[in-house]
Amino acid sequence: MAAFEKLVRQYDRQVFRIAQHIVQNREDAEDVVQDAFLKAYEKLDQFQGNSKFYTWLVRIAVNESLMRLRKRRTGRMVSIDEDVETEEGSMPRDLADWSPDPEALYGQSEMADILRKTIQGLPPGFRVVFALRDVEGLSTEETAETLGLSVPAVKSRLLRARLQLRERLSRYFKKGMGGAQEALAQGGVK
Amino acid sequence: MAQLDEMLDQDAAIPLRADLEEHLRECEHCEITLNTTRKTIEIYRSHEIYALPDDLRERLHAAIMAKCRKC
Repeated sequence: MAAFEKLVRQYDRQVFRIAQHIVQNREDAEDVVQDAFLKAYEKLDQFQGNSKFYTWLVRIAVNESLMRLRKRRTGRMVSIDEDVETEEGSMPRDLADWSPDPEALYGQSEMADILRKTIQGLPPGFRVVFALRDVEGLSTEETAETLGLSVPAVKSRLLRARLQLRERLSRYFKKGMGGAQEALAQGGVK
Repeated sequence: MAQLDEMLDQDAAIPLRADLEEHLRECEHCEITLNTTRKTIEIYRSHEIYALPDDLRERLHAAIMAKCRKC
């Protein structure tokens, strides 16, 4: 029990972050953290040690998150394949360069609002790949194994997620203050 | 675009990397796309947008361990 408690302390922040990226709702993310750790505890004897404990735990947390998302959407099927057949973001449209230091344009909390609002707009199947690969730092192979996807599928989704985020962030970070003012005028920042 | 992606992940083989770097020197479109996409990843990595507050962390921790003890 003490050893498991140590694992909870070690990975709770990451599990919460991954759940929030997928469910986009704090209460649901709290439930996912509890359910994921409880399930991991119950299934510890099934953990085979041929993958890292962390990636095994992340797989449980992703599945719990998708189940929550499905419940919130009144039983509609939600899977990591949902909404990925979009062409948006396959080719960059906004070619404006960004300010040399876009982070200086906004305060910390305003920037966090922009980043949350921007990633919320991505389909769940893109959000989860971006969160695991680029935010949590899993390798492409680990991300594929965790999500039950092929490596080419992870690469393709990751590229489209990155390009869509880049495109959306351009509204805020365009060179000069034009982008920031335009975004603020459109109510882009709360 | 797939080749730019390999540049983002530093996956491009050295001969391809040299070709791409030469292309980037001449193509402003690709250079801006690569740099701003790199910045996108960097900004998301460096900002904790879903932080777990200490009080919530303690509550979750207590709830998880209580449930585990009942197993």
